Amino acid sequence: MPGFPALLLFLSLLCPARAGGLSLSPEALDSLRSAKVADREPALRELGDDPSDAAAELLEALCAGDLYVRRDNGDLLILRPGADEATLVPGGGRMPFADRSLLRKVGISNSRRTAVTAVLNRRLLRHADADVRRGAVESLRDDAAADKELLLSLLQNERDGRIRARLEQLLALLCVRDAAASRDELLRAAAVLGGASLPHAAQALANLKGHKDPLVAEAVDKALYRLRVTADRAAMLETLFFGLSLGSVLVLTSIGLAVTFGVMGVINMAHGELVMLGAYTVWGMQQLLPGRPGVALLLAVPASFLVAGSAGALLERSVIRHLYGRPLETLLATFGISLILQQAVRTLISPMNRAVESPAFMSGMLHITDNFSLTCNRVYILAFCLGVFALIYATMHKTRLGLEVRAVAQNRPIAEALGIDASRVDTLTFALGSGVAGMAGAALSQLTNVGPNLGQSYIVDSFMVVVFGGVGNLHGTLCGGLILGLANKLLEPASGAMLAKIILLTALILFMQVKPKGLFPERGRAAEN
Amino acid sequence: MAPERIAAPERGSPTPAEPAGARGSGQRAVPAVRGRSPAAPPALPEAMSERVLNRPAAVFLGCLAATALGVAVCSLLPAGAPLRLDGYVVSLLGKYLCFALLALSIDLIWGYLGILSLGHGAFFGLGAYVSGMHLMREIGGRGVYGNPELPDFMVFLNWERLPWYWRGSDNMLFTCLLVALVPGLAAFAFGRPAFRSRVSGVYFSIITQAVTFALMLAFFRNEMGFGGNNGLTDFKSLLGVSLQSDYMITGLFCASALALGLAFILCRVIVASRLGRVFVAVRDAESRARFIGYRVENVKLAAFVFSAVLAGLAGALYVPQVGIVNPGVFAPLFSVEMVVCVALGGRGRLYGAVLGALVVNIAKTFFTTALPDVWLFFLGALFVVVTLLLPDGLAGIPDRLGGRLRALRAKSGVEI
Repeated sequence: MPGFPALLLFLSLLCPARAGGLSLSPEALDSLRSAKVADREPALRELGDDPSDAAAELLEALCAGDLYVRRDNGDLLILRPGADEATLVPGGGRMPFADRSLLRKVGISNSRRTAVTAVLNRRLLRHADADVRRGAVESLRDDAAADKELLLSLLQNERDGRIRARLEQLLALLCVRDAAASRDELLRAAAVLGGASLPHAAQALANLKGHKDPLVAEAVDKALYRLRVTADRAAMLETLFFGLSLGSVLVLTSIGLAVTFGVMGVINMAHGELVMLGAYTVWGMQQLLPGRPGVALLLAVPASFLVAGSAGALLERSVIRHLYGRPLETLLATFGISLILQQAVRTLISPMNRAVESPAFMSGMLHITDNFSLTCNRVYILAFCLGVFALIYATMHKTRLGLEVRAVAQNRPIAEALGIDASRVDTLTFALGSGVAGMAGAALSQLTNVGPNLGQSYIVDSFMVVVFGGVGNLHGTLCGGLILGLANKLLEPASGAMLAKIILLTALILFMQVKPKGLFPERGRAAEN
Repeated sequence: MAPERIAAPERGSPTPAEPAGARGSGQRAVPAVRGRSPAAPPALPEAMSERVLNRPAAVFLGCLAATALGVAVCSLLPAGAPLRLDGYVVSLLGKYLCFALLALSIDLIWGYLGILSLGHGAFFGLGAYVSGMHLMREIGGRGVYGNPELPDFMVFLNWERLPWYWRGSDNMLFTCLLVALVPGLAAFAFGRPAFRSRVSGVYFSIITQAVTFALMLAFFRNEMGFGGNNGLTDFKSLLGVSLQSDYMITGLFCASALALGLAFILCRVIVASRLGRVFVAVRDAESRARFIGYRVENVKLAAFVFSAVLAGLAGALYVPQVGIVNPGVFAPLFSVEMVVCVALGGRGRLYGAVLGALVVNIAKTFFTTALPDVWLFFLGALFVVVTLLLPDGLAGIPDRLGGRLRALRAKSGVEI
């Protein structure tokens, strides 16, 4: 029968599957048209009994506030936000419709909306797609009314292991709450809940604490202990992650300094302002490419390297070059430049913070477990930090430029005698360190406010990281930054953010008085002069 | 004995020492001892037996005394008299003198010992807070909340009683003692381990900056008991005399001038003495001084502590004239600003520091009121210009001109 598929296609065109096949009594339709939200009962009753997809769509539209009634002829139609095509109810015919002033929204009371959502969700529990099913099961967690029969029937038909585990946990929760549960049931439930990550599990178990049956009481205690350990571990992991994240920011801001100060020995107090320039590059790039923050951010990373790098090269050529061998003077001159740059940004752009958009891929969370999730932007910045570090490390140790830089740093006259253009190397090194500072700024623009004072807040920290790690090597800066970030976040819960910072600074000051050369002191002849 | 400067490489300097005279040619072959230009004549006087009141010192003290006397007299003229100085102006001048004293204390250790402290504002701030505490206690029941025992901010924070470190702050003599003791002890506690482990040069500068930064964060906290963000303010009187009265304003100004004069004489005494020679030896060739047998760390520590006491004194005199002290005095920028005052005036001269402080702060007052946007540009440019073009500062200009003149004369003499 070759005509049969064609006929099916024809039929499906005639009555679109989305809202087709829906039949509502006139009474139900009138209840939807009514201006009073309390009149919806007949329609809700009929739709709740209807297993069709069309009924589900109508209910969903009702809950989402996308169901409208036309003021002129009383037609009911579903109009999604932003769409210019409406679906007629019932019947499912689609028609272009843009004039929303003709429409009145069909409202629904909050209590009915909750009930309807539960009904809709229950339909999804038997959806063919395992991911949809899992989502539905997971949203059951707070649904105290989830009945045992339903869960048991679901469990029977379920093959997906994770969904089964979740269903078993929900059953265990019901069992623990059930006053009539037997001892064996309770014991099994406690064991299941001990490994569960349901938000209400701890509360439900705590209600059973000191149960008259010693075996049950013991099992409950054990389960509660396991839950607490998991929660503590998640909190610990979170602290560690935040510590690493802060550490990565510190490393990013100080790695350029590790090149200019650590390797070249130039004190650049304008380093923070180079970071600021990088952050403003992101802002500028987003102004150039409005509406595409992701592309702008990706383009801004190399751009910020170029902007800050050329600013650094200019700085080296015009000022720092004339002050080599006079570190204290370099410090003062670059401090002056940092003031000029700050004020320039204030005057030319604005004294206020600029809003930098976060592209979609930077926002959002990574859920590792139910108790532990990571913010995406911090994960990316951690990865970015490691990438930049690897890049700089490779540049310093695997390329010709790096070789020349190290040669000039170790013994300038001999390096020059061997044909290295030392002054060119100086400029390039300084530009490299400054460019990395700019890239750090690009990353920071995703975490903090972009304003004229951005650099100021990092300059003391960056110098501390470099000196703490040991001047003259890059891995010291990496270790130093991560250690300081971790220490800061580990201290914070006990002492508060401000005090943690003060304690850490004090500890660093004391550390440097005992070991002025830092964690990884330079050794050998180069360290002596 | 000729005051030859010994060309020794500075610790951490990447270049070995080379003979002087390469400056200006864009090379980096600079001995770089304490970062002064080697081409400039050393600021050392000729002989070992230097007079405390040599000519510049006498001229400076004369100028200071004359100005102070003039201002004092003019400020006490009856209102409406043509030369009468307003109380506001006198307070402002007094504030400049306090900054000058702070700059003097920085010059003592930077110019003569080569120790660049980027955190001298910390000692200034400690002295300021000690004096502010006394002024706070003197408000007594005249505060907004009328609590005779507790300062307003403590009442506001619902504190029950004074913290222990506020005890005795109502006593004037005890406060005067603390003004010297607190910064001195702080400098001792910080300086002793630092100098012992030979933290020097840039590292010392960075650590001092971290110290003042940490103090700033700490004083921002309300829990510290120093008024947090707002600091201590709303003072009424000192020794029972209103801070607004002409006599008090003039008295404070004279006290500042006197303190500056005495501190200057004391510094001159130290610098002209044998100890002063050791200072310069440590600055120019630390290792040699150590090998000869001087306990370099003790010399540095003594100078550092004395300098901190002077800075604390400056802070203590600053507060009643300005009427407020807040954590801003611990801001790293404030300290660096004072350092650039010294650099502008000319290091290693003492009077240069005073000159620089006056010039910079008068410029600051002018710019922040007339052209606030330009001030940071000006200050930043000052940093760059002074370090690049005026390594000896304003006070060095006559010497440089004199030197050039002499060279010119010698040259023409040869030609003739």
